[in-house]
Amino acid sequence: MNALYSLLFVFLLVLIPLFGVDAAHLRTFFGVCIPTTAFIIFVVGFVYKVITWGRSAVPFRIPTTGGQFQSFDPQLFKQNKLDCPQTGAQTFFRMVLEVFAFRSLFRNTAVSLYEGKDYPVVAYKSSKWLWLFAITFHYSFFIIALRHLRLFLEPIPFFVKGLEFVDGLLQIGAPVMYLADVGLVVGVLLLLGRRLVLPRINYISYVSDYFPLFLILAIALSGIYMRYYAKVDIIAIKELTMGLVTFHYVVPETISVSFFVHVFLVSTLMVYFPFSKLMHMPGVFLSPTRNLPNDSRAKHHVNPWNDPNIKAHAYADYEKEFGVPMAEAGLPLDNPENGIPKDKA
Amino acid sequence: MSDIPKADELFKSIDYNPPLTGWMETPVDFSPGHWCYPAKPEKIAYMDKKLPGLWGTPREWVPSEEDWKLPANWKETVVNGFRERLKKFRSLQLFMDICVRCGACADKCHYFIGSGDPKNMPVLRAELMRSVYRGEFTLAGKILSKLTGSRVMEENVLKEWFIYFYQCTQCRRCSLFCPYGIDTAEMTMMARELMHLVGLNTNWIMEPVSNCNITGNHLGIQPHAFKDIVDFMVDDIEEVTGRRVKAPLNEKGHEILFITPSGDVFADPGIYTFMGYLLLFDYLDLDYTLSTYASEGGNFGSFTNNESMKKLNAKMYAEAERLGCKWILGGECGHMWRVIHQYMDTMNGDNQWSGMTTPKSPITGTVFDTAAATKMLHITEFTADLIKHNKLKLDPSRNDHLRVTFHDSCNPARGMGLLEEPRYVLKHVCNNFFEMPPATIREQTFCCAGGSGLNTDEIMEIRLRGGLPRGNALRYVQEKHGVNLMACICAIDRATLIPLADYWAPGVAISGTHELVANALVLEEGEVRTMDMRQEPLPGFEDEDDDWTPPNMEDA
Repeated sequence: MNALYSLLFVFLLVLIPLFGVDAAHLRTFFGVCIPTTAFIIFVVGFVYKVITWGRSAVPFRIPTTGGQFQSFDPQLFKQNKLDCPQTGAQTFFRMVLEVFAFRSLFRNTAVSLYEGKDYPVVAYKSSKWLWLFAITFHYSFFIIALRHLRLFLEPIPFFVKGLEFVDGLLQIGAPVMYLADVGLVVGVLLLLGRRLVLPRINYISYVSDYFPLFLILAIALSGIYMRYYAKVDIIAIKELTMGLVTFHYVVPETISVSFFVHVFLVSTLMVYFPFSKLMHMPGVFLSPTRNLPNDSRAKHHVNPWNDPNIKAHAYADYEKEFGVPMAEAGLPLDNPENGIPKDKA
Repeated sequence: MSDIPKADELFKSIDYNPPLTGWMETPVDFSPGHWCYPAKPEKIAYMDKKLPGLWGTPREWVPSEEDWKLPANWKETVVNGFRERLKKFRSLQLFMDICVRCGACADKCHYFIGSGDPKNMPVLRAELMRSVYRGEFTLAGKILSKLTGSRVMEENVLKEWFIYFYQCTQCRRCSLFCPYGIDTAEMTMMARELMHLVGLNTNWIMEPVSNCNITGNHLGIQPHAFKDIVDFMVDDIEEVTGRRVKAPLNEKGHEILFITPSGDVFADPGIYTFMGYLLLFDYLDLDYTLSTYASEGGNFGSFTNNESMKKLNAKMYAEAERLGCKWILGGECGHMWRVIHQYMDTMNGDNQWSGMTTPKSPITGTVFDTAAATKMLHITEFTADLIKHNKLKLDPSRNDHLRVTFHDSCNPARGMGLLEEPRYVLKHVCNNFFEMPPATIREQTFCCAGGSGLNTDEIMEIRLRGGLPRGNALRYVQEKHGVNLMACICAIDRATLIPLADYWAPGVAISGTHELVANALVLEEGEVRTMDMRQEPLPGFEDEDDDWTPPNMEDA
């Protein structure tokens, strides 16, 4: 049901620019006003959220350790530097692998129960499907986003050109098919399929889990449609996008409606981004269980709201309360008077 | 335990398919057996005097009844407390915002594996809180309601929190697998802080907290009784080894203060581990003292709120100062060590007295820079160093009747990274050591299902279900290698793993690591022992003249 709602909503989003541009002729509105506004909301929302996180304190170092810590004898007990970092550099590499290789997800296992010969068995097997789907999706998305820089920069930077070359290396079809385009569509479909098919994952999925997947799928398909089927006027589009960047707004007449659909969907994604789970993108960098070295037994750290007025129950009070039996048991007392029973004192 | 199903019946009852109703519509079972008993009002009243405003109104209430006698302004209190903690803990704020519900954590929780209850999937357990976060604090959540998983705080929501946040042992296994490191332990801690504000708590946590404050230990053992118990153990050590060990208590002027969880002093088999410490220290002629005032390492405050965690932890430094100790040696305990390793110096480092120094073994001269800030050393680090420097004469064959496996306690494993030291010690004191399957040990270790104050009998079925992953891994090595003993380095483990093993892997006993050290420790040249620390005959070392039969062997 949640998936269906999301799908319908994305359809609706496609219809808006179709009517808006074709019927209502709001070309400047959809070509300039919407994307500019969306971009501003994206940046402001994104920054606001990250600042909100940043203002929240990190009182304690609480890394989840995934291996042997740095022991008193590093030769005898070899430290797992990546999963149990103790220095800034080690932590940096842990984060690099986390961000670029999804290392924690790579560890994933699947549990199953079955009747063994003599006793029931709980079995665990490595399960890298989610890792594979996620990495396909994210890298494809990332490469496509970078490729789009050619529309916003003049001259086109060398790395964008290089990326395009590598991405189209297989040279299938004309125009050359990009691997990342395939990766993105396949990745989204796999992630979507997982949510639809696996009962447990389906159970935990909201509209807000399906919606971004359908939205990104629609963005990818509209992009592919423009490039491979509609063969839109790319020169005109670059005129428009460069206009956006340089604040000299132009909306050439030769740009077809499919472009406006694409841009409208991307704008929706930008607006949606800061208010949604998509913020896991900046969030992964800030996670206190991953981005801190495991060194709080070795080094002093400060909790900004530590309350110095909280003190241990005083020993003096303890001795006052238990002094008599302590004295009888022969335990030493700080104040011998505490050891004298009250009726004798 | 009579109404608990047999192990194989319970196993067959586990169904991983979620119910037909959405999680928000699925009713919560409040019948007895699903919750721990609420705290006695006098325990709350006592702690409210010590740390005012954190505990709600002391009262009698029963979770199975409709009326939980919440204060009139409960909603305001919880929502404001929530808002305050979002600012105080980036972990909470971030973990509320960034979960993508990928489900990687779903089958990592021992309670889910043993129950199939979807609200035991860490992702949904956290959604119990996130839904309220969205509904109360975010614009999008306020507009879009249930479709995006948001709801406002209501009484049934809070009641659901009570059931499920007291079904999380804060073991952090889910956090290891989460692509963003979202740690349910953090969220459970925050949810419990909020529930405490309106007086939703459990006696198995509050009574230890209040006892720790009054008597120094969670069992409420008073100083003279503590001394009696220690004397008793000294007698038992003499019975086994012929050696009368020193057990200094509350003595000033020693170099080292030794603190272990009081479970080691009180309950079988923890006492054998405690005897192991005493014997080892006497063998080394270590300059140390025990304390009745700081007679608990386990920090039950960490199961309630930050303030009591700090207060109970502060006792260790206060006592080191009073007794003039230079550093602290810590016994085998799980969450005590998470608190020491990750929180202690940040909370209480300023309370350290100037005479404290980085721990240095007086026997080997090793300086433990890894503990330079807290000045507190784990006993397996200390013993591993002794073994490495050949300072202990060990006869591992005295443990040959034991086929040993090791249970990594969650907190030292995932909150510290202490994995190799205990194994190193064990491998030097016993000849038969076997690992459980890789997905169930080290950083992937499974909880005993009784941590974070849940080792109480009224939720025994929940505990046994949660114990399935550990119990099943144990059963595996029992069948494959004939394992008959599981060693561990946590006092709660030593209490909770016994019913767990009896249920899932009958015939496996539980011990601490230093019990086995004590068995193997050769005190002097030519020393003969006929009993182990449990005063059971040592196979292969029987005394021919001795026809004494230990009480538990009479039927054999």
